[in-house]
Amino acid sequence: MSAWILDRLWLIPAVPFAASLIVLSLPNAWRRRAAALAATGQVAALALSVVAFLPTVQTHGFRAAQNFTWFTFGDNALQLGFVLDPLAAAMLLMISLVGLCIFVFSIGYMADDKNFVRFFAYLSFFSGAMLGVVIANSLLLLFIFWELVGLASYLLIGFWIERPSASAAAKKAFITTRIGDMGFFLGMLWLYNRSGTLLFYDGGKGCLESAGLAMLGASATFIALLIFFGAVGKSGQFPLHVWLPDAMEGPTPVSALIHAATMVAAGVFLVARVYPLFSLGAINGVTSSLTVVVWIGVTTALMAALIAIAQADIKRILAYSTVSQLGLMMVSLGVGGVAAGIMHLIAHGFFKALLFLGSGSVIHGCHGEQDIRKMGGLRRFMPVTFVTYAIGMMALSGVPLFFSGGWTKEEILHAVGHWPPSHAPYYLMFAGVVLTALYMTRQIIYVFFGDPRASVDHSHESPRVMTRPLIALALGAILLSVVLTPAWPWLHEYLTGEPVHFEIGRLIQPALFVSLVLVSAGIGVGLWMYRKAGVQAGDRPAQIDPLEYAQPALFRFLANKMWIDELYYRTVIAFSWMAARLSDWLDRYFWDGLVRGFGAIGQVFAMFTTGVDERGINAGVDETTVGARGLGRLMSAAHSGQIQIYLGVVAIGMLALLLLYAWLV
Amino acid sequence: MITAIIFIPLLGTLAVCTWPQRNCRVIALMFNVISAACALGLWRKFDATATGMQFVERHAWIPAINAEYLVGVDGLSLLLVLLTSLIVPFAFLARPVPADSRGFYATMLVMQSALYGTFTAQNFVLWFLFYEMSLIPAFLLIKIWGGENRDRAATKFFLYTFLGSVAMLLSFLGIYFAKGTFDFSALASLGKNGLLTGKVAWLAFAGIFIGLAVKVPLFPFHTWLPDAYQTAPTGVSMVLTGVLSKMGVYGFVRLFLPLFPNEIRIIGPWLLALAVCSIVFAPLAAWAQRDLKRMVAYLSINHLGYCMLSLFAVAASPAVAANIDTHAALSGVFMQIFNHGITAATLFYFVGLLEQRSGSRRSIGDFGGLMQRTPLLCGWMSVAMFSSLGLPGLNGFIGEFLIFKASFAIAASFTAIAVLGLLVTAIVFARAMQSLFSGPLAENCSAFPDLLTGEKLVVVPVTLLMFAIGIAPQFMFNIFNTTVVQMARLFG
Amino acid sequence: MTPTLQAFVLVSGALFSIGLLAALSRRHAIFILIGIELMLAAANLNFIAFWHFAPQPHQPTGVMFAIFSIAISAAEAAIGLAMVIAVYRHYHTTNVDQLDQLKG
Repeated sequence: MSAWILDRLWLIPAVPFAASLIVLSLPNAWRRRAAALAATGQVAALALSVVAFLPTVQTHGFRAAQNFTWFTFGDNALQLGFVLDPLAAAMLLMISLVGLCIFVFSIGYMADDKNFVRFFAYLSFFSGAMLGVVIANSLLLLFIFWELVGLASYLLIGFWIERPSASAAAKKAFITTRIGDMGFFLGMLWLYNRSGTLLFYDGGKGCLESAGLAMLGASATFIALLIFFGAVGKSGQFPLHVWLPDAMEGPTPVSALIHAATMVAAGVFLVARVYPLFSLGAINGVTSSLTVVVWIGVTTALMAALIAIAQADIKRILAYSTVSQLGLMMVSLGVGGVAAGIMHLIAHGFFKALLFLGSGSVIHGCHGEQDIRKMGGLRRFMPVTFVTYAIGMMALSGVPLFFSGGWTKEEILHAVGHWPPSHAPYYLMFAGVVLTALYMTRQIIYVFFGDPRASVDHSHESPRVMTRPLIALALGAILLSVVLTPAWPWLHEYLTGEPVHFEIGRLIQPALFVSLVLVSAGIGVGLWMYRKAGVQAGDRPAQIDPLEYAQPALFRFLANKMWIDELYYRTVIAFSWMAARLSDWLDRYFWDGLVRGFGAIGQVFAMFTTGVDERGINAGVDETTVGARGLGRLMSAAHSGQIQIYLGVVAIGMLALLLLYAWLV
Repeated sequence: MITAIIFIPLLGTLAVCTWPQRNCRVIALMFNVISAACALGLWRKFDATATGMQFVERHAWIPAINAEYLVGVDGLSLLLVLLTSLIVPFAFLARPVPADSRGFYATMLVMQSALYGTFTAQNFVLWFLFYEMSLIPAFLLIKIWGGENRDRAATKFFLYTFLGSVAMLLSFLGIYFAKGTFDFSALASLGKNGLLTGKVAWLAFAGIFIGLAVKVPLFPFHTWLPDAYQTAPTGVSMVLTGVLSKMGVYGFVRLFLPLFPNEIRIIGPWLLALAVCSIVFAPLAAWAQRDLKRMVAYLSINHLGYCMLSLFAVAASPAVAANIDTHAALSGVFMQIFNHGITAATLFYFVGLLEQRSGSRRSIGDFGGLMQRTPLLCGWMSVAMFSSLGLPGLNGFIGEFLIFKASFAIAASFTAIAVLGLLVTAIVFARAMQSLFSGPLAENCSAFPDLLTGEKLVVVPVTLLMFAIGIAPQFMFNIFNTTVVQMARLFG
Repeated sequence: MTPTLQAFVLVSGALFSIGLLAALSRRHAIFILIGIELMLAAANLNFIAFWHFAPQPHQPTGVMFAIFSIAISAAEAAIGLAMVIAVYRHYHTTNVDQLDQLKG
């Protein structure tokens, strides 16, 4: 079985791709069949992922690569390949499992959409590309799938294409991530030129193996940073995070799958995948490229968490939360906690998908309303959604013991605390944890507690096709803790390739108390601050946020996303657009003007030669002929026709000759 | 065989001229199919492992100046012959159909014949004859069947390219008087040790450079292109961008680089700078365009700029270029010219379809929300756009990857700037897709029909070809791999 | 008295002058022809006279010239008379003042 799958790893992405192609060619009316086909493709991918997972569990540090030649140019071959190792297998399982839940949820959520069939085709396409990213054994193949994932994201953000805001958001996402991808592209080229191969693992010759790394030398830092730039774009890290909140214009299942659970985590995955490039030449686990990763992560995590506090759109809060969590993962990778980062990625995949689907269920129940200030009291109308949402919220906030997110956050804090250069990230991450708990508490109070406000009149629980995936994901968010605890850190050891053993004594650790204090602080402050959110209190009107009332300037700063969009609009975009106009202008007037100038010189010369021709040469010829005719007329006057005059002239002439002769002699 | 390929379209011209007006397109296509079948036969019989020219035909022609009728194909020529066979019939099917189509098709067939000749001639005099022979039909096609401002555009096109040709002809006469041969392969082997010396060499260099740079076109010799492509009827734009612009690149590979290795080495950075300017300024200008055709035209400059970048990089510093880089550069360029040919032609085809539906309007603001009305048209057009912006999985990516790989290895800083071109191209297309396809349906687009069956029959095979090249490109590489290895030795 | 060359030249000069006067002053074409004949006779006389007084009179060069000249003048007279007759037939006059068709 394991040998069978190792030779056929390509099947895992190929199955959803095939499903996508078939679905795309179905007529619009075949909705059930399309959904069934797409879901079947996803189930098949999940089954294959499970099959691929098995051999990696049996052997510690399992790694199998299957390489093939894509094409030969000249007499050089370009090789691609697929790899199966714990990192890939864990990601495969998470993506296909979460993906399947979201596929099922979408059947309910998108039930009324007229482009239902196309939606499932895009979703399957995305799934195939994402699965491809994680099993690629070549940076080039990874890049190819990476771009396809970006394409799927572009198509799905702009899925409601008749909305101008959706297509604008899609364009923004496409271009912003492509800025990062250009860095990735250059890093890939650089790596290719230095190591001569883009295969990660190739029996000792790959670029992540010792022989390949040895060829990199000092350029490894730059290569790593360029590749990281790609990850920054895809994972919504500062300064390229601006697209991710806007991407919420897409249908909610898309936000859950692409912009929360999987694609945006691809940047984190990428850094983990090429980690040897980052850690090459590390002293004490620190390199300059990893330091950059840490500080970008810290900035992103804090900034996004702060912005999330002041947002009113239920999905935007979650989007900023995603950005913040991705920053946290980056910090973890940067300080050397690769396993911790990936564990958080996987746990985050479950609970964030859960939260997004929950928000989708809320939006569905509220007939498309997304403003949390207009909701309230939904726990009575939507009990299943409420309970699952609360589980997701606690996992995200990092409530210890029972929720996966708590364990992984502790793991990350533990890793950050041991970072040699500085303790600043450690304490800043404390702030991040508190803020996360705070904004999630705020959200849940606004949405589910209190009395129903506007637009909640006809709220209803979502159909079972939507609640069942919520339950499944909630169970996942809780049950995943089993393999995350320090007592039996199975996933950690699985990822690092070490044997596991059970030890109950390790369950309770100091970090647990630290995180307990932080989370309680966050939730406590949240409960106190927002206890009267949405209702009038004192001289504060109902629709004004308590924080806005207390600190209007700060709130406006955060609510406007720190004016980063505006800043970009005024600087980068304005500058590029000016450059475009300038190029056009140069082309039309300067370069073409030069050409016309040359043309004009030619014309002037032509006019000059025409002048010389007309006035000089031609006129001269004319004058000559006129003169000749006049002379002829003159001469002809002498010809009187009188023969005797002729004769006389002859005689006179002769006489004259005679006289001349006489005079000369 | 090659002679047959060259002259069948000419026979077609005669046939079209004598045939009644009604069926001329069918007749023209028939002759196209015959010559395309010959080209495919050539591909079948072509020995991909053999070095040197194949199917050589050599006849005495003008013995006084050593000009022979010498035709033959290697991988590069075969690639371009196949491209011509593909694009010209494709262009015949373009819309809107020009008025008085008999003359139109006859002229196009003359141009096709000239293109075949250009890509197969192996003697300068013969090559130049065909090269010029393609210019005149192009001029007539723009001048007679063009749109607004056609006189201006046609004259500009003609004078520009003709001046370039004159410069090139003079240079070649200079070379002939110095070396006494017009034979490409003989000249190429002479070039390795420096063909000419001193001032003469630089004059010849400049003449040939300008002639070819105008044709490609390379910044800043490109200003004829937007006008010409914008004004020409759709089919002509397709051939101009799909095949005619490849004559310039072909000339660079076949003539310029082998003849002047020393000169290129000396002013290499300047040439690279010109290529980078093409790559960066052209898409920026495209971004500022409102006319769709003009936009696609500017992107053509950008795509051919990539070719120039890697060619100049390899030729300018052969000592730095490893074998793999030279191979990557040449393979990348060959892939890129083929890919750009089909992709850009397809884009023009789609613009033509939009133009026909909207009653000859094609400003970007004239459309909106097309996805709701014509999903198939938008879908297939997006494929062409994504191919053009170099999305992996489609044909455009392969060539660009190899080109950038080679250029980055040799001229890293220039290439790093050139990457901006990739980015701006993406912006241009994202903007176009946003304003054409999305948003509320524009009023004047509400009666557009979706792709008709005939149009589907044209679009689908070409798009499938894009996918095929993007996913499994080996069959393309097989055509020219041997040629690449052989040419790389010239540079080495 | 032996005749001298001078006497011959004087006679011939007189003869030539008379002929010239006749050719220039008479209006009738026939008389002009006669004048021309007179001038030719003066020339012939000169030929003979210069031949006779030349260093080598034994060679008949002068006679030869004279005979040629006579033959030419005969031919000329014949053609001239024929032309006069032809002109007369055409214009019904032989007055040269009226015959100015050749004027430029």
